[in-house]
Parts: sequence; C-alpha cells; structure tokens
Amino acid sequence: MSWETVIGLEVHVQLATKSKLFSGSATEFGAAPNTQASIYDLALPGTLPVMNEEVLRMAVSFGLAVDAEIGKRSVFDRKNYFYPDLPKGYQITQLEFPTVGRGSLKIQLEDGSDKVIGITRAHIEEDAGKSLHEDFQGMSGIDLNRAGTPLLEIVSDPDLRNAKEAVAYLKKLHSIILYLGISDGNMSQGSMRCDANVSVRKKGATEFGTRTEIKNVNSFRFVEKAINYEVQRQIELIEDGGRVVQETRLYDSDKDETRSMRSKEVANDYRYFPEPDLLPVIIDDEYIAAVRATLPELPGARCLRFVSQYSLSEYDADVLTSSRNMADYFEEVARLCGDAKLSANWVTADLLGLLNKNDLDITSSPIKPSQLGTMISRIKDNTISGKLAKTVFEALAEGESDVDQIIEARGLKQVTDTGAIEKLVDDVIAGNPDQVAQYRAGKDAVFGFFVGQAMKISKGKANPAQLNELLRNKLKAE
Amino acid sequence: MALDKNDVEKIAHLARLQINDSDIVEVAQRISNILGMIDQMQSVDTSAVSAMAHPFDAGQRLRADQTTETNQRDYYQKIAPATQNGLYLVPKVIE
Amino acid sequence: MLSKTVAELSGALTRKEVSARELTQAYLDKIHQLNPALNAYVTITAEQALAQADAADNRRAKGNASPLTGIPIAHKDIFCTRGVLTACGSHMLHNFIAPYDATVVERLEQAGAIMLGKTNMDEFAMGSSNETSWFGPVRNPWDQARVPGGSSGGSAAAVAAGLCAMATGTDTGGSIRQPASFCGLTGLKPTYGRVSRWGMIAFASSLDQAGPLTRSAEDAALMMNAIAGSDLRDSTCLELGFEDFTAKLNQPLAGLRIGLPREHFTKDLNPAVQTILQNAIRTLESLGASFKEVSLPNNYLSVPAYYVIAPAEASANLSRFDGVRFGYRCENPDNLEDLYKRSRGEGFGDEVKRRIMVGTYALSAGYYDAYYIKAQKIRRLIKQDFDLAFNDVDLILGPTSPHTAFKLGEKVSDPVTMYLEDIYTIAVNLAGLPGMSLPAGMLNGLPIGMQLVGPSLSESRLLNVAHQFQMNTDWHSQRPEV
Repeated sequence: MSWETVIGLEVHVQLATKSKLFSGSATEFGAAPNTQASIYDLALPGTLPVMNEEVLRMAVSFGLAVDAEIGKRSVFDRKNYFYPDLPKGYQITQLEFPTVGRGSLKIQLEDGSDKVIGITRAHIEEDAGKSLHEDFQGMSGIDLNRAGTPLLEIVSDPDLRNAKEAVAYLKKLHSIILYLGISDGNMSQGSMRCDANVSVRKKGATEFGTRTEIKNVNSFRFVEKAINYEVQRQIELIEDGGRVVQETRLYDSDKDETRSMRSKEVANDYRYFPEPDLLPVIIDDEYIAAVRATLPELPGARCLRFVSQYSLSEYDADVLTSSRNMADYFEEVARLCGDAKLSANWVTADLLGLLNKNDLDITSSPIKPSQLGTMISRIKDNTISGKLAKTVFEALAEGESDVDQIIEARGLKQVTDTGAIEKLVDDVIAGNPDQVAQYRAGKDAVFGFFVGQAMKISKGKANPAQLNELLRNKLKAE
Repeated sequence: MALDKNDVEKIAHLARLQINDSDIVEVAQRISNILGMIDQMQSVDTSAVSAMAHPFDAGQRLRADQTTETNQRDYYQKIAPATQNGLYLVPKVIE
Repeated sequence: MLSKTVAELSGALTRKEVSARELTQAYLDKIHQLNPALNAYVTITAEQALAQADAADNRRAKGNASPLTGIPIAHKDIFCTRGVLTACGSHMLHNFIAPYDATVVERLEQAGAIMLGKTNMDEFAMGSSNETSWFGPVRNPWDQARVPGGSSGGSAAAVAAGLCAMATGTDTGGSIRQPASFCGLTGLKPTYGRVSRWGMIAFASSLDQAGPLTRSAEDAALMMNAIAGSDLRDSTCLELGFEDFTAKLNQPLAGLRIGLPREHFTKDLNPAVQTILQNAIRTLESLGASFKEVSLPNNYLSVPAYYVIAPAEASANLSRFDGVRFGYRCENPDNLEDLYKRSRGEGFGDEVKRRIMVGTYALSAGYYDAYYIKAQKIRRLIKQDFDLAFNDVDLILGPTSPHTAFKLGEKVSDPVTMYLEDIYTIAVNLAGLPGMSLPAGMLNGLPIGMQLVGPSLSESRLLNVAHQFQMNTDWHSQRPEV
C-alpha cells in the first residue's frame, strides 16, 4: 500500500533581544541559574509585564520577510497550565490575533523544482524556564533564566510531504532568521526549536490522518531522522491493524526513536483568555513601512541580484545565498579580487568542500575572505596559476596566513619570462621528435602531451597561456 | 447550571486545588448556586454586542530593549521554600 | 488629635503644634490599645515608622515637606512592602516578606507619609465583610459585633477608629466604597488606569484600582496627589501629567447636573436609606446642583457579569501561588501534583478556592463563550449605559450599599447573598469609572454612605462635590466611640 506523509512544523525562535519580552532581565545564554530572573520573571505577586519594543520590530520584520499579513492589532492571551518552569502558571502568548498572519516561504526541492509552503501564522510568546533533573535528593531544580525570553512561534501549514522537505523548509527559515538578524538560530542551544506534527494517510486520501506531535527536535539532522522514524512507526502501526493516537512524543536521538510523553496532561484545557495586564499592540502602515525600510536584502532577492550582477549560474547564486554569512563572504572575496565568477568557483567548490569535510560553518572558516581574495588576485595578475593556487589554498587551510609568503616560500611563482618559456618549449620539441612528427601529421591531441611535458619540467610554474601560444607557434613554424 | 461531583473534581484538578472528599458535595452546591446567579446573563440577547476585555480602548505602550535588572538571586531566594545551588527545588519533574 | 483630618494634621505639623514623631507615637500607642479588639492591623511596623517620623520632622525643618510629610498611614496588606510581611489576608502568603515596594507605597513614602503597618483584609481581596481573612475578621469600630465591610475592612476600621490618619485600599467591585460606607469614611476608587497597579497583588487585573480611605474628600484629594500618575511598570496605567486634585475642591456647584438612576431608587431600597439620600440630594440642591432621573438598565447584570470576569482573571492571577518560589508550601509533598494541590488546597481559604473554581469553570472548554464572552459583552452594555447617562448629567448619585454594616457571621455562609452586597458598586469597576462613597447620614448609630460616580477621569469633580457637601454637613466628622 502506498502512503502519503503530511507534516506541519511549529518552529520556536528565540529572538535576539538584549532584555526579555516583558521584563528588563538579560537574556544571555549560559548564565548561572536564576541570576537572570527578576521579580517579574519569578512571578512574584504584584509584578506586571511591560512589552519590549524590539520584539515587535523583529516579529514584524519576519512577517515582511515571508510576505505575511501583519496584524495591526495584536492581542496577548494567557495560556493556563501548571508546570514548575512556568512561574506564573500561565504563558503570555497570542491566540486569536497574532502579530504575523498568513504568509509563505518558497523552498527548493531535491529535483531542483520550487515548492511554496504556507505559513499559517507567527506569534509572540514567552519562553519557559528549565527543569534540571540532576539528582537533588530525588528533586528537580528549576532555573528561570530562560523564563520570559521572547519567542516567535512560526506555524507552517501541513504542506510538507516528507522529512527532506521539512528540513529544506527549516533550513530556509533558519537562513531568513539569520539574514534578518532576529535570532542567532543556534539549535544546539535551543534558540531555534522545532516541533513536528506528523501524520500519514493513504495516497489520494483527502482527510488527514491522526497526527502526533514530536517535541523539541534540536538539529536539522534529528528533524529528518525523527520524522522518518515517526512516519515508519505510524505506517507499521496502521498496517498491523492499529490506530495512531493523537499525542505528544519525544525524539530520543541516542536511540533514534520517538516515544510517548505520557506525563504531559492527557486532555489539556488551556483556558485561554485575553491578558488583562496588557493592552492590544496597535501598529499602523507607517510603522510597517519603517520596519520594511530597515529590512536587509533577503536570500531570494540576493540570489537574483547575484545572477544579474555577477553573471553567476542560478545554482551557484542559490548556494552562495543559502546563508547571509556565506553570501557576505563571497561578496567580500569578489570585491577584493574583482572577479566574481572565479570567486564563486573557489567558494562553492574548494571552500565549501573544505568546510563540509571539517564540519565547519562559514563563520568559522579557517580561510578568511581577505586571504581567499588575495589568492584569487594572484591568479588574476598571473603570479600563480590556477593549478598551483590549490597549493596556496591548502596552505591557508592548514593555518598559514600570508598568501604572498606561501607563494614565495614554496616557489610557486609563475614563469612569465618569454625567453625562459621559449627555451622550455625548444627543449620539449627537441626532446620528443616522434610526437612532433605525429602532431605535424595532424594528430592535434598530442598537443596536450607537449603542455604536460613543459609543465612537468617547469614544476607547473610556466604561465599556461604563454606556454600554449609559444608551443603552437613553434610546432607550426617548422 | 448545577455541578456534580465529577465536575468539581475536574475543575479542582485543572486549578490544582485539593478538595477533601467530604467537602465536595457542599462545594458543588455552593458553586452551583453561584452559577445559578450568573445564569441571569443568559436571558439577555447580546448577539449584536462586542466583547469588552478592558475598561479602555488604547494601544500598548512599549519599552526600549534595555537590560535594567541585576542579579539579586540570593535576596529573592531568601523567601523560597526550597533551593539548592541557586535552583528552586520541586519534586521530580517527569517528562 | 488622632481623629483629625490629614489636612488638619498637616497644618498642625506645619505650625509645629506637634511633631511627626509625637503623632506617630500617639497612633502607635492607640494601635496597641485598640488593635487587639479591632484586628485592623496584621502587621505593625513601629520601629520603621518612628525612623520615618524622624526623617519627616527633619524634612519639615528643612522646609521641603509635602502636605503628607509626617502623616501616619496604614497600607492595605495587598500592597507589597519591601522587607515587611505582605500576606494579602492569606495563609498562602503568611511568610511572604516582599522584596520590593508597590508604586503606591513608594510614592506615599516619597511624599513623606509614615507607614504604621499593614491592614487586615479579605483574603486576596475576595469578600465584602473582611471575614475571609486568614488573620480573622476585623470589627467595625462603630459596633464591634458588626463587620467593617470589605475587602479593605482593616484600612477602613483603622481610619475610623483613629489608628491612622489615612489608609490605602483597593477596589475591584466595591472594596473601598463599601467599607467607607460601613465605617463613615470617604473612599475613592479612581478611574481604571489612574493609579499604578505595580506591586499591588492582583485579584482581577482589569478591575483592580487602588485608592484612598480618608476622613474627608480633601484628605482623599491630598492622597490622590501622591499616588495618581503614570508608571512605566504598569502597562495599563494611563499616561497623564500631574493633576492637583485639591485645585477644584472649592469650585461652586452651581450648574452641576446630577443623575439619579431609576434602577437604584426603587421600593427595594431600604426606606431609611432612601430618606438619607433624599436629604443629601436636598443639601446638594441648595448648593446649586440640579437632579434628573437617568437609567442604568443593565446594572442588574453587573453582579453576574462580575462573578464571571473577576473569578476568571483571578483563577489565572492566583496560579503563581504554587509553593515553589515563595509563600506557603505543604509538608512533604509526594510528587509535583501533590505539591501543587496541597499547597494551594491548604494555602487558600474557602472563598478564594470557590472563586478560582468558578473562574476556571467559566474559562474551560465548552463554557468560555457562554460565560466569559457573554460577561464581556454585558460589560460593554453596562459601560454603554453609563456613557449614555453622562450625555445628560455630570455625575450620578445613589446608594453605596443597600444598608448599614451587618453583623459578623450574618451573611458569611451564603456566598450569593454576600455577592449581592455589591450591587451598586460593581458596575463602576466593570466600566472602569471613578466612584466614591462619602458619609451621608446615620442609621441606628451606624454610618451610611452615598455613592458618586463620574465619567472617566472626573475625580477632581467628584472630590469637589464631596468636599462642598462636607463643608455643609457634618456626617463625615462623626467619630465612633471606641
């Protein structure tokens, strides 16, 4: 039997503000427990929320980036439940009137085609604290540093059809968030967390199957694995005559499986109602226009620009704009060396290969844009050949810093002296009479042999253009 | 609207209130009386009326994104029932 | 001396007839003498008060005093006071030493008022008789077998008995005005948003307002000058510049149009109360006011709507009392669930638990529209009634309470009867309007108040009318013999 998977993602993004959503506490990651918890964050009686304007700006900028409707009147609500990491006993969130309404995001599928994923909404809400389960004589410890950190919860439509699409969507979202600078997007520190709603149905069915919610999956890889595991689990369950139960499941990355979170209340009744301590947030067109004016160039627009401005292929432009840092890196290299095409080749092939091999992000690249730019300049000004540049590149990757020193020390400088190259050509012609005869008899393919010989003798340093020209002339001449 | 024992138990659970079994009948009775009084509302047609959540119609004032709080953990934890290593202690949270 | 008004005491301090220290000591002595019977204070901060008194005397000597500098005050125990027990009438907070000051407390301290202590109240302000307090009931100084009203009963009793010169109260459904009526005081509930709620333990956030309980309208105006005004820590606090509430006290009443709600003056109103109100109306007429009947047709729905909205908000506001970070925690909880249920079950009193459950029910799945949304719609109707009435009149006059102070234990066993005590006051909170109660007469040796209600931000006008009334009557000068 053939099954179709239906996935919707709820992505929680911690907004990179200095202070919390409703209090003046710091939001830094990794502080000692409860040192960033004010009387408001601790929910001491009599304390009240006052909203951080930066959170609004960030939420609106996200909305604009995904072409969403912006809520001109957003309303905060209380979501009531008891949990030790939720000090007020309710979370302030937005239920009916979120700041960001319906929008969409275009993702690229593996076959190269595009797919538009609907964004249902994105709302502002408070993060919870953390429960630590190290042993305190059978007790749990509660750290409220994170409580009240601003979150943007981005809810997708159930438009995703497999784990790869889910990951592509998530990566695209991640990229936009970094472009906007509204979050550090650090999944391992929980700045971006993903809940996946997963169901399966028979191909062709119009009704959705019963879904489960996989909570807090904290890397792209785990999102893919967790969804794949869960899809398989659901299909096997149904094929064995069972039924999927609507429930919350936790992904265990060690065992690569999802399991039911039975301790979470079975039938939650959150008793939402409008937050009486806050008034509606009202914004006008002027405000929206002002935020729009501050938006950075987003990946889509930047990709198009790369194609037109630098004459790059769409594929290269797409790769280069997949993250803001990558695009910035490329543009810096291109600016320094003045050759975008060559820069694009080096960044997408050699540099990305190096980064992937070492599992590094562009921001921690061992080769700085200034170094790569200088290196390409040296190719451009004929100091080194493109081939020997690989040696320079490897030296840079190993931690050497000065391009010219590397060239000097390794003697990689190209021979461009016509006399020297002429002598080289003469030697090769004189030393290989058989091949010369073949070439003159019309076997053009032998030309490569002469180039190879000349390069071998010059240790690759002969300027290839000059060498080619002289070889051709001399071989013809006689 | 009259509540029965089950209703009271359900509400008490949602609100995390321990109610002694011996009191439940009386609690149900009293809350039912209150709901009876409240039900006077149902006789009024409000289909054309919009809900009013707040006494005045105004927009939210926002504050600048600045860190204004300093670490006062020790002071705030003086009034806590149980702490250790700066953490508030509760019976084991099971996830 | 101890039963003089704030205005009089301020004059005496200015003229150096008495020092702040002497005054404070005299109040403390009287508290020690009378409080064991009245139970008006739950905490007495004698040492701190005397230190503040010395500072006030210094400040007066330096000539930079405000009218409240050196005036002893009592704070309702709903206001957080740094370093001082803030129990809110509850076992839940019996050990809660607040680590910060409420804005109201801070502002009165800045004005130089001297805090004598914290006053008893209905638990979490839920009550109309001060009988739900974990610290036991407060007794009415006019008749100790009777209640002082609630929930600001301790504050009202303290002012009435001369155990302080003025006191703070809070009013969610009548909790300043009804005790003012029962104890012969002037009590003002300001427009919602006039006074910051920061540091005031929330009962129902969209209804709660702090205000003064005093011996005269002038005193209330002086207190308002100190406590009103915008506060960046409360998002619902209106951004208004300083207003001098004493400025218009002496404005003549000629041309004033007062509305009398048809629905309040019916045969159901106690005839003796009716007579007292008629006398007050004649007095105001003689001062130039004209009267006109107005209608508040939805007022009868205010109690039902209130008993959805207030408990709904309270059910969430009181979720933070969970035995984890402060307050009462049950002994040896078996597990997390047990910690929550027993801490809250044992920490809250019956009335509080009842209201939490009513609110939880009203918000729960399947009932939200029928209860919560319905109540919010009725709230709109009630507000519209007032808006319409204020097209024709400047303010509205009526009873504060259906009767004088009732006996302890008389109504406590029947919540619904107790709730209906607030039939005249609750609509004002739902509409967010300013309302005040001032003494209008005596009935069988007990004071009774009348209520004035004005449009948004009309406190100065209300205080003006009350002051003019008090200049021409002496009901507010009556003092109980304790």
